[in-house]
Amino acid sequence: MKKKITIDAAVNMIEDGMTLMIGGFMAVGSPHKLIDALLKSGKKDLTIICNDTGFVDQGVGKLVVNNQVKKVIASHIGTNKETGRQMNEGLLEVELVPQGTLAEQVRAGGAGLGGVLTPIGIGTPVEDGKEIIEVDGERYILAKAMKADIALIHGSVVDEKGNIFYNQSTRNFNPLMASAAEVVIVEAEKIVKSGELDPHLIATPGLFVSHIVEGAE
Amino acid sequence: MNPKEIIARRVAKEFKDGDVVNLGIGLPTMVADYVSEDIEILLQSENGFVGLGPAPEEHLVEKDLVNAGGQPVTIKAGGMFFDSAMSFSIIRGGHLDATVLGALQVDEKGNLANWMIPGKLVPGMGGAMDLVGGAKKVIVAMQHTAKGDHKIMKECNLPLTGRGKVSKIITEMGVMEITEKGLLLTEYNPEFTLEEIQEATEAQLIISESLSEMI
Repeated sequence: MKKKITIDAAVNMIEDGMTLMIGGFMAVGSPHKLIDALLKSGKKDLTIICNDTGFVDQGVGKLVVNNQVKKVIASHIGTNKETGRQMNEGLLEVELVPQGTLAEQVRAGGAGLGGVLTPIGIGTPVEDGKEIIEVDGERYILAKAMKADIALIHGSVVDEKGNIFYNQSTRNFNPLMASAAEVVIVEAEKIVKSGELDPHLIATPGLFVSHIVEGAE
Repeated sequence: MNPKEIIARRVAKEFKDGDVVNLGIGLPTMVADYVSEDIEILLQSENGFVGLGPAPEEHLVEKDLVNAGGQPVTIKAGGMFFDSAMSFSIIRGGHLDATVLGALQVDEKGNLANWMIPGKLVPGMGGAMDLVGGAKKVIVAMQHTAKGDHKIMKECNLPLTGRGKVSKIITEMGVMEITEKGLLLTEYNPEFTLEEIQEATEAQLIISESLSEMI
């Protein structure tokens, strides 16, 4: 099965109002070319699940600046003033989630689980409106599994089958998101032939990956 | 010494050989520069690695290697990379010996507020709630007041990051432990009198019988 497609073909799969997961941490390990193409496409009313909204000129943050986002689910928005401004003016819905809880919600989505029980956030505003479950006398927040229509992720080296190697700290949320969306598009810094990647170094199995697009080296 | 250096130097004495430690952004990051050469600690970075090393020289910066604040860093021999779920299993699962964080407010019950000021500043909690909830020892490292305004409170009035989780507060004025009886001042900076330290603290300080100088 041939997985490589053009960036335009990838962005054409995204529809207004869809829920996207976008990989990266402070714009490191984000699919930058896909984000730029999505920016040009003008697709709107997107719900974006991501660790943080990056910066106004880098990463997921650019989509917020371009008013394409209806809702953000993230752990941190502090490095992008525009996210805060749009939130304060009621233009953007922001759901802030502790980073470890967000990681587990995405992982649960990909692992066929309904959610996870976490003690993080008990006794803070995070528990407001959440279902609390008591286990052996301890209170836990039920953090429900998250899924997306499409995940846009980054890969440092990707083979033709979609197997992914992540360089250094680019791994972050990418492998988790690769398991939790209907369609998974990886932007590869480098694409190699099947068999060229040492199987020991592959962190995301190609079976999760629907499409590969060529990124910038 | 400026206040930040005093704080960072004192925090660095909290660790023992082999500790796994996560340092927050800003002042807590400085602590790494003052850890004794006689011990080895393993620094953890939320974005997915252990073995965090100092910032590289400019020509050695690698675009894919940053700390949780997005700043270029290095990885030491023996370090390794992992994903965000593993990163937070380490943090939340009790595998972190200590974390050092800043605070907007901290109180005598060990409550910490450092992620939002309603209506003003809502950056989000990032990994702070997981760190406070999961680390075996939570050390708050910060300047004692915010330009004169109290930060060490009887009870935090900002939204909490964690409840009852702080073990120790280290400022340029002193070292305070959270105890069942209240806030115990165990060390102080002799540049200040005990009256001045109390005045800069909203919570009532209990003076330790073995009070010593922090510098």
